[in-house]
Amino acid sequence: MQVPAFFEYQRATSVEHVVALLERFGPEARIVAGGHSLIPMMKLRLAQPELLVDVNDLHELSGVSVVDGQLRIGALTRHAELLASAVAGEHFPILHDAERVIADPVVRNRGTVGGSVCQADPSEDLSGVFTALRTVAVVRGPDGERTVPMREFFRGPYETAVAPAEILVELRVPLRPGAGSAYVKVDRRAGDWAVAAAGAVVSLGPGRVVTEVGIGLTAVGDADFTAVEAEDLLRGEVADEDAFAAAGAAASAHCRPVADQRGPVDYKRHLAGELTVRALRAAAARAHDGTT
Amino acid sequence: MGVTVNGVEHVREVEPRLLLVHLLRDELRLTGTHWGCDTSNCGACTVWMDGLPVKSCTVLAVMADGRSVRTVEDLEGPFGLDQIQTSFMDCHGLQCGFCTPGMLMTARKLLDDNPDPTDTEIREAISGQICRCTGYRNIVAAVRHAAVAEALGRGDT
Repeated sequence: MQVPAFFEYQRATSVEHVVALLERFGPEARIVAGGHSLIPMMKLRLAQPELLVDVNDLHELSGVSVVDGQLRIGALTRHAELLASAVAGEHFPILHDAERVIADPVVRNRGTVGGSVCQADPSEDLSGVFTALRTVAVVRGPDGERTVPMREFFRGPYETAVAPAEILVELRVPLRPGAGSAYVKVDRRAGDWAVAAAGAVVSLGPGRVVTEVGIGLTAVGDADFTAVEAEDLLRGEVADEDAFAAAGAAASAHCRPVADQRGPVDYKRHLAGELTVRALRAAAARAHDGTT
Repeated sequence: MGVTVNGVEHVREVEPRLLLVHLLRDELRLTGTHWGCDTSNCGACTVWMDGLPVKSCTVLAVMADGRSVRTVEDLEGPFGLDQIQTSFMDCHGLQCGFCTPGMLMTARKLLDDNPDPTDTEIREAISGQICRCTGYRNIVAAVRHAAVAEALGRGDT
């Protein structure tokens, strides 16, 4: 029987309560929401917090809405809620593409968007997605609220910019009218972590010239979950197969996968390139260039 | 903590590290819920919490404080077994029976939300449940059978 080691448990009644508890207990306190990453890690003693702060009652941290030209996703939003959100799918189909392949429907009822991002697992799908989307993370702590661009959020495997006494409260994705987006993943079986995955968001101008592009990579060793070289290659180019192939080659060359039970380095490198091409192709097909 | 399980309120003093599956099985003696992989992969421990299927090996019992839990024991009503249970029997939807409680709870929720699911939708719904007898074909057939039987019962044919 696997059970966690001893810990104390508090159910938070407000974000301020969370911050006060985190301040009092220091880095030995952990926030728990869905618990589908943390509780398994506690069973294995990979995590051994002294205090769990349960945020499941903080309904103000849940929900998906459009406010001031941004898609706002509360940190406590369950994966199933994001997958069911029509407004999320309408603006960014990449979110639904990814949610459909995250774990399984029962786990998605419990696991949260914020928990996944804060776990910062190199194989976690939404980290690459929100990086591609140039999302802004809203973090609250003892000194109030601050924002962190997603591309400065990840500090390495399982490390983020969220300080020990802070809590991620919201993710804000700037709306991009006409942009297309997509996420593609290769996994061994339903519900498994990615062998590799790629996401893309593409904005097109007249003549289908790429005006802006974001690429996210999952499980191929990029601590910041992106492929800047591939993005730089594409910007200003016509969105065609040659341009996608060049971007895919750049993503493949610059990623740093490691061999594990899901595959050897050369296979993952191949996937990073091919999946980047497929994500770009699908994203561009969903984009409108403003001329029709 | 206080939790309503199958309509009955239970008050217990528990360690924070107690998992919901063990509260149900060991404290409340509701052993219909099975405890399988312990890693939220197999789905044998699936119960409903506040109306949604969850894997109770990855929920702390204290997280259910003030909430309502439904287990496989609650499927049977005053007039006998739930249709999903009858259909699993009729279609050989179980062999060893270990995954069955989780399959039943997920399938019941699917049919409540979507009374006429396709085979693809059924397979997607149970994709978080592992049947080591690999009896998936009959499980999918059982869920379809229940959907048809319930549609006939409602008269919407």
